[in-house]
Amino acid sequence: MGAEYVLQMKNITKRYGETTVLSDVSLSVRPGEIHALLGENGAGKSTLMNVLFGMPVIHTTGGFDGEVLIDGEKASILTPNDAMNAGIGMVHQEFMLLPGFTITENIKLNREITRPTVLSRALHLKNMENLDMPAMRKDARKALDSVGMGLDENTLVKGLPVGYMQFVEIAREIDKKGIRLLVFDEPTAVLTESEAETLISVMKQIAQSGIAIIFITHRLDEVMAAADNITILRDGKLAATRETKATSLVELAELMIGRKGEAVVATTPRAQDASANIALSIKNLIVDMPGEMVKGVDLEVREGEILGVGGLAGQGKIGIPNGIMGLYPAAGEVKLFGKDLPLNDAANALRSGMAMVSEDRRGVGLLLDQSIEDNIAFNAMQINGDFLRKVLFATTKDGKKVRAHANEMIRQLDIRCTSSRQAAGTLSGGNQQKVCVARALTMNPKFLFVSEPTRGIDIGAKKLVLETLVKLNREQGMTIVMVSSELQELRSISDRIAIVSEGKVVDILAPDASDADFGLAMSGIKPTKGGEGAHE
Amino acid sequence: MANKRTFGEWMRQNVVTVIFIILCAACFILSGETPAYVAMELVDRMARNAFIVLSLIIPIVAGMGINFAITIGAMAAQIALLWVLEWQIPGIGGFVVAALMTIPIATLFGFLIGKLLNKMKGQEMIGGMILGYFANGLYQLLFLFIFGNLIPLHTDGLVIQGSTGVANTMDLSKPNGIRKALDLLVRLDFVPALYLFAGIIAVAMLILYLRKSIPLRRLVVVVAVLAACVIAVQFPAVSEIFFLVKVPVVTFLVVGLLCLFNIMIMKTRLGQQFRAVGQNRVVANAAGINVDRTRVIAIIFSTVLAGLGHLIFAQNIGSLQTYGAHEQVGLYAGAAILVGGASIVKASNGQALLGCLLFHLLFIVVSGAGRTVFGDAAIGEYFRVFISYGVIAVALVMHAWSAVSKRKDPEAQMRAASEKA
Repeated sequence: MGAEYVLQMKNITKRYGETTVLSDVSLSVRPGEIHALLGENGAGKSTLMNVLFGMPVIHTTGGFDGEVLIDGEKASILTPNDAMNAGIGMVHQEFMLLPGFTITENIKLNREITRPTVLSRALHLKNMENLDMPAMRKDARKALDSVGMGLDENTLVKGLPVGYMQFVEIAREIDKKGIRLLVFDEPTAVLTESEAETLISVMKQIAQSGIAIIFITHRLDEVMAAADNITILRDGKLAATRETKATSLVELAELMIGRKGEAVVATTPRAQDASANIALSIKNLIVDMPGEMVKGVDLEVREGEILGVGGLAGQGKIGIPNGIMGLYPAAGEVKLFGKDLPLNDAANALRSGMAMVSEDRRGVGLLLDQSIEDNIAFNAMQINGDFLRKVLFATTKDGKKVRAHANEMIRQLDIRCTSSRQAAGTLSGGNQQKVCVARALTMNPKFLFVSEPTRGIDIGAKKLVLETLVKLNREQGMTIVMVSSELQELRSISDRIAIVSEGKVVDILAPDASDADFGLAMSGIKPTKGGEGAHE
Repeated sequence: MANKRTFGEWMRQNVVTVIFIILCAACFILSGETPAYVAMELVDRMARNAFIVLSLIIPIVAGMGINFAITIGAMAAQIALLWVLEWQIPGIGGFVVAALMTIPIATLFGFLIGKLLNKMKGQEMIGGMILGYFANGLYQLLFLFIFGNLIPLHTDGLVIQGSTGVANTMDLSKPNGIRKALDLLVRLDFVPALYLFAGIIAVAMLILYLRKSIPLRRLVVVVAVLAACVIAVQFPAVSEIFFLVKVPVVTFLVVGLLCLFNIMIMKTRLGQQFRAVGQNRVVANAAGINVDRTRVIAIIFSTVLAGLGHLIFAQNIGSLQTYGAHEQVGLYAGAAILVGGASIVKASNGQALLGCLLFHLLFIVVSGAGRTVFGDAAIGEYFRVFISYGVIAVALVMHAWSAVSKRKDPEAQMRAASEKA
């Protein structure tokens, strides 16, 4: 006891095979401190936490380099149980609660207080002991009181407001004996503003009792309000460690985004034409896509532009194209070229001149066992009735036409394959993506959604896909909406970039706007507000 | 409006039960059977079947749906029965030996079933059903070839005449058999039996109240219901309905003990694990519960209980179709518990008993109704299989339906929230 730091992670490096996801990251947390951990998706936050909790995903892939010290002593945490015994607890983003159990039962889950019975004594089985409900209730009450929650401990969790569930989750961690470090993983993501404020004050209260807190979030303003110290990760590396007093919103935003290399594709910037016709107008769009909820998006896409849609993962940017194309249940008002577009009707969306290159290449995008040519022609055949011919009374596929078209596409997009009859599933990721693009183009769309087009493909293929998009836009005047997690990519080809956070469009920025503006928008803050922060 | 929705919700959850009550009433009227006959048959069939239906509860609570693999538990019981017949242990002694043999065999089978079902999480019901068919093949190998051939059997009538393998029917009613071994231990007329059980329940409730396990209101309600029953049988009009009934007291005591066991186990740490795993495997796992192990234990319990239930069934009937008696066990028990208002995610003792009652009530009256309407009593037999599959299908559709309507709810909530904003 009495060590300066309750937790020190020193020079942590983690590789999965060839790829290094964490390199030389250090993190030190003092007792009773709230330490924020910031970073974009893929910056390495979750990997770092997986190391801390001894998750199987770390140890089944060769472990990690570096050392973890708890109370100044080297600790070996190989399983989640070791972490629990070391006094480290986690408040999950997805609630780990059972709705059919009372608050008490949830808090004491698998740590029940029991009384021996005749049977348990005879069999020497702890599992056959009866639950001691009154004692469990007493413990639960104490834990609930310590997070300032007055709710009856016998209430069922089912039907509790989400904010309350969060507190139950926290109470459960606090109830564990010897807890000294609590990790909060995006705790405010599901809370309303007032609930989030209460949560932060509870966190401060917990910290005052000597428990250290690691606060993972993307909301910069909450970091400023709650944290004592801040560690920022970027691309698996330590970007900076700052004292909250000595930093500002704008600096944090810049540190989080950073400049990542040069533009992938060079394009000549165009003047924005605010008077152009509106190609797609979206009003109050709600999409029920698990993990990518869209909660009321308003957006206008101008004819002939490339509109980028960016933001952190899970914030709803991917839900927008999926909702409009009818792949997930959606509601709202959508107009395409001035005409109302009925939602939840994928066939109609395709028929009205839109096409989409899905982010889920292998799931939604391709029929993996079918040939390249069939994949390319499939939608056009089904929706537009292209590539068909009549033989007597039957309508059949016009194989020759399909093949000729496919070969043309293979040439144009440089799809590397043995022939147009190779199965799509056997292609590399980049070439599969090109097949997806080819299929979308075969529909002759006036309007193209491209969702995460460069995910998981190599840099050469990336460049080609992006160049193809630019070419389509410039030469055929196709309106394109590109959704991507890679800001650099969006900046290199978009005319405007909409940033989505928590299911809503926060702001629309020019591609040459500053890193700070993008960083703030991604954490849900309009840059105007951030501008004030800059003068602090 | 809110009222309407709760009524709709209630109907959705209980539609099978409601249809069954209407069906039973209609068939009863059509059949022209006397209430006395129906009551006698019903009590007999409840004694025969209630135990095995109750054996389905634990896996349902543990989130594994209806355990159609109880068929395999029944096979374990039949293996034990064969050897009890071979050794010619008569009466209740034979029954107890068979039960003691069934437990280890069914435990082993349950363990294997549980291991396999852990490999197909989410598909336990179809998996259990197919497993039952597969095990039937092994069972036939055992009874047609291994028993009586590799392992000789010496008792007369146990082996197929002039051939090998176990005979088609195992007759338990011979002097050395165990027919009605349990049922005949203590048999009372309906009225004294009612006094006995009412007395036992009242005393048990009083003890529970004095130990502060139940509130006063509960005690008062239960005692009032018991008193009402006791008073009701004082009227000749009521007691006449039951004058044919002979109550196998010990059998019903055993059923009562199983109900008690089901309640008690849910109050232990193990029971809490069953319920946790049943609600959400991910959450249970995150809390450090060994999910796979808990599920195996649930299936072992169910298989062993089903084996014992099948022994009760066999001694009640008095003879056993060697190659057919076990086949429909899972189907009928599963249908019965669903009829009582259980679903594939929720079940209680009360639902199991009510379901068993309604299911058998229909079978008692349906052959009479078939005779009246179609002029053929055999129609009733066809009806029985048809109804069983129908009930299971409806229950599955209902479950899928309520899952879908639940999924829609968050969107509606989201919309309401965004409209407010």
